Amino acid sequence: MFEWILSALILIGAFFILVGSLGLYKLPDFFMRLHGPTKATTLGVGAILTASALYFSFETNHISLHEILITVFLFITAPISAHLMAKAAIHIKLKQVERTQKPPASI
Amino acid sequence: MKTLLNKLFPHPVLTLVLWSIWLLLNNTTGAGHVVLGFILAFLIPFLTSGFWPEKVRIKAPLTLLKFIGVVLWDILVANIAVAKLILGKNKDLKPGFFYLDLDIQTPLGISLLANTISLTPGTVSCDLTEDRTRLLVHALHIEDIPGTVKQIKERYEAPLKEVFTAC
Repeated sequence: MFEWILSALILIGAFFILVGSLGLYKLPDFFMRLHGPTKATTLGVGAILTASALYFSFETNHISLHEILITVFLFITAPISAHLMAKAAIHIKLKQVERTQKPPASI
Repeated sequence: MKTLLNKLFPHPVLTLVLWSIWLLLNNTTGAGHVVLGFILAFLIPFLTSGFWPEKVRIKAPLTLLKFIGVVLWDILVANIAVAKLILGKNKDLKPGFFYLDLDIQTPLGISLLANTISLTPGTVSCDLTEDRTRLLVHALHIEDIPGTVKQIKERYEAPLKEVFTAC
């Protein structure tokens, strides 16, 4: 039973990471491609780390929590790198898809 | 007494964070590491306090806990939503930029809000205007811009503003 839960978590994680990478390949412009790695992968990595924490906590009888740190650091760094890349992309005026809606004061 | 405590622990939040990070990194709560971690968590903020321009004060810890819960749940929902958008027809997506007028003023509050926006519902924060009053946000798929802005303000900005007010 325990192994089933772990396998399910790892598979869910792998699925979301795959979707995030697919987004990088599939979406039409740079700004839209940013959404894949910032979101779809956080849940993916989160699920895999939960599986790791559970496995080592029950298997070795020592509660293993340093996976939480990885999640926290990921939550801090992923949006920051996305923000910087978006800022740079706006600065050099990268192409956007035609149908992008823009605010009144244009970018 | 209070001023002495303030001098010894110039950044109490940083002390607590460093202490818990040390224990998590070593993955133990053994007495030796608890003491060593405390010494480091005491010394580092004490010696570097000149480099931290602003003091972090958490005003309402319960609101912060509730906020973290809400954000974690929203990350889960946003992940599934974004996965659906990516796997669906990309031609039907309506991407867009919009400005979010900020009520929150502390730098830490703004950066936490920007991080939250990037992690949650189909939006990435792109730029902050120089006067720190507006945040430029890009959305993967957006139909109702005023509604989204209102939702972000109510759901994320209001609690953050309550927790991190300037002192």
